[in-house]
Amino acid sequence: MLETILDMLWPDSHNTRVVLLGCCALGVAAGVVGTFLQLRKRTLLADVVSHAALPGVAGAFLLAAAFGLDGRSLAWLLPGAAATGLLGVIVVGLLDRHSRLKPDAAMASVLGVFFGAGVVLLSVIQQIPSGSRAGLDSFIFGKASSMLTRDAWTVAIVAAVIVLVCVCLFKELRLLCFDDAFASNVGLRVGLLDLILLLLATLVAVVGLQSVGLILVVAMLVIPPAAARFWTQQLRPTLAIAALVGAIASFAGVVASSLHAQLPSGPAIVLAAAICFAFSMLFGSTRGVLILGVRRHLLARRVRREHMLRRIVELRDSQTNRESLETFAFTATQLADAGLRDHAAVNAAVRRGFIRREGDSNLRLTELGIEAARRATRNHRLWELFLMRHADVAADHVDRSADAVEHVLDPKLVEELSRELEHEDEDIPPSPHPLAPGGGR
Amino acid sequence: MIWTTADTWLLVVGITAAVCCALPGTFLVLRRVSLLGDAISHAVLPGLVAAFLLTGERSSLPMFIGAVVAGVLTALLTESVRRVGNVEEGASIGVVFTSLFAIGLILLHIYGRRIDLDPGCVLYGLIEGTPDDLVSILGFNVPRVLVPLAVVFALNAGVIALLFKELRLSSFDPALSTSLGVNAGVMHHLLMTLTAITAVAVFEAVGSIIVVAMLVVPAAAAHLLTDRLGRTVVLAAVIAAVAAALGQVSAVALPGLLDIRFGPDGTPIRSVGIAGSIAVASGVLLLLAFLFSPTHGLVVRLIDRKRLARRMAREDLLLSISRLEELQARPTFDSVADLTGDPKPAVERIAAECVRLGLIRVDAGTLALTELGRTTATQLLRSHRLWESYLADRAAVPADHTHATAHRLEHVDLAEKLDEELGRPAVDPQNKPIPRSES
Repeated sequence: MLETILDMLWPDSHNTRVVLLGCCALGVAAGVVGTFLQLRKRTLLADVVSHAALPGVAGAFLLAAAFGLDGRSLAWLLPGAAATGLLGVIVVGLLDRHSRLKPDAAMASVLGVFFGAGVVLLSVIQQIPSGSRAGLDSFIFGKASSMLTRDAWTVAIVAAVIVLVCVCLFKELRLLCFDDAFASNVGLRVGLLDLILLLLATLVAVVGLQSVGLILVVAMLVIPPAAARFWTQQLRPTLAIAALVGAIASFAGVVASSLHAQLPSGPAIVLAAAICFAFSMLFGSTRGVLILGVRRHLLARRVRREHMLRRIVELRDSQTNRESLETFAFTATQLADAGLRDHAAVNAAVRRGFIRREGDSNLRLTELGIEAARRATRNHRLWELFLMRHADVAADHVDRSADAVEHVLDPKLVEELSRELEHEDEDIPPSPHPLAPGGGR
Repeated sequence: MIWTTADTWLLVVGITAAVCCALPGTFLVLRRVSLLGDAISHAVLPGLVAAFLLTGERSSLPMFIGAVVAGVLTALLTESVRRVGNVEEGASIGVVFTSLFAIGLILLHIYGRRIDLDPGCVLYGLIEGTPDDLVSILGFNVPRVLVPLAVVFALNAGVIALLFKELRLSSFDPALSTSLGVNAGVMHHLLMTLTAITAVAVFEAVGSIIVVAMLVVPAAAAHLLTDRLGRTVVLAAVIAAVAAALGQVSAVALPGLLDIRFGPDGTPIRSVGIAGSIAVASGVLLLLAFLFSPTHGLVVRLIDRKRLARRMAREDLLLSISRLEELQARPTFDSVADLTGDPKPAVERIAAECVRLGLIRVDAGTLALTELGRTTATQLLRSHRLWESYLADRAAVPADHTHATAHRLEHVDLAEKLDEELGRPAVDPQNKPIPRSES
């Protein structure tokens, strides 16, 4: 058991080791380039490049075969792929600029037509003696296991160069993605940078043909950066996580595909990436579904508690003999009459030490509770004052609007508001609007 | 070459498939979701394979249900990725459809042999095999694939015809549409569902990848040819049919006709893949529309621009002659060239055109306006001075800047409107008289 695991992680065969290295390097490069592409909102352009590469691959093969050479080596196929891939992007640009076709229609059209041309050339290949489509199928679906050591080294080196370029141009690329108007104002050649980014994406797509295959190589540019979004909002960590996901997915996919003969590596790598994505989407620490749910729940709980505390204060205010909060005692029935029927909130507050029970039915605020009640009520009333004075909200509309924002007030903002409304020395400003009997609405 | 019944059936299948795609495709292009159509055509693969695996047969109904599920799932997943992760739209689409397609490919590779589905066939289709698979309908032997194709065609045509107004409204103004009771979101999902169903029906003929070309390219070409939505739909269908016919005939007949031979030993290439040829043919038609569309074609627009430039040059010449006469200078090629700053050969060329159109006469090197020329020049002068007045009076352009702008605008005939707007002025800002209208 341990042996098989170790064997997977550090395979015996030199060829397999290099292939793994190459594919992981590609995964890293794709993650990095893909992050910039996504920020620049050009992800699907990579889809165009990869589909438009098919006629180049098939054409280069035919050209080689026409001279009696073996067309299957990367030296032939990669330039062919890059040529038609770039041509496709140029055509998209022309269609977009010189006609009223929108970019999405231009991209989908070029994608479909070029791919169709590639399929036509593939059918020609099927008819020539040296052409068995099985060879080229490995470029369409990906078959890392059939990569030669030489080719794997090529992939690894090209991927390393791509990452190096991104590192060197990091500052420029960052500016390009976030504020291209400013970038061109400070003298950055925006057009040139865009072209470089496109060339990098093309290189990734073309060099990834062997491992991930033509149809799915765009996935390596799209999925890792998207997965990173759930863990961080900042650029450098995004790049790192995207690179990591790319590498993990490539590793897992290549290993899985080498263990099952009929499984082509392309879909396996993409599936691994998709699993990483799903995991990130569910459990990501910044935007994962789980964490968002937990945050929402915690916020809802705090909101309920603060509402309840405020009602208690209002209840106190509505009594004829206005006691201090320290001595004010109330019962659950009184609260219910005042409109607060949320017994669960009361119990939770008791549990958390905001309220203490005295005797059978009396309740009193603890020190913690008083502090929290003062803060919540003060914020609420300051907002009400603000809305009434500065936002033209009629007095009887104020309570509802104030309810929503008071719980997320920044302490600094509250300072500002108090200063503005000259209530700084008052701990809890009086309610700016008449309270309905038994508490606010 | 010999044309057999099989070839005719191929033609019918191809045309039906293409037209089926063009109908929802028009709305995909219109609503700028062509790439979502691309995504759905990829994403139906796992739905298809799952349907085959579950039912164990290649009958249409489970296939379609699988497709619908996959299609709706794609749209929903894309939306949720975009919303939850704040991922941009293109990337959301990319994540979902590549993942689903990868799952489909894996299922296909593992179980494909069991259900007699070849990955190559799924991707590129095998339209060539369809005439061999016949089924008997009302006593006629028709290819089996035509049955779902015909049903989907009727479905697409029916939905579009019945819901045309709703589709149009929700495409052009989703907010208004929803407020009027036609929920734009529902229309969107309806369109996606139709696309998914169409992709499935067509995949056996042209495979799942080329569906994209058939959905988008004829519709894009039609979009370049007309501005009315109803005509766009019909035109897209026509172009699709033509592309299908053209593609198939070229694929089957051209290599033989051109006697294409390959390689050192001259292997003859008898025919090429039909599905790919149809995609390429539609691309050619798109290119033709792009270049030569009477309303939007690139070549047509370039010609129009040249024509306008020549008219402007002629009118400038007339005005130059009249100005030189006003200044009591003799209008010659040289003096006009000096006045306008254009090179003399250009002046000579334009002058020749004006002579041909009866606008000027050339007597011993002197250029003179004919009756027609003088009328035209007067109208131009009027236009120019009215523009100057308008710019000075209403657009707050300083007096020394009005001439240059008016010099370009004078060719735009808005003289009557300007005159009315300015209250029929008698002089321009430089106190030069504004000629009266001839009519």
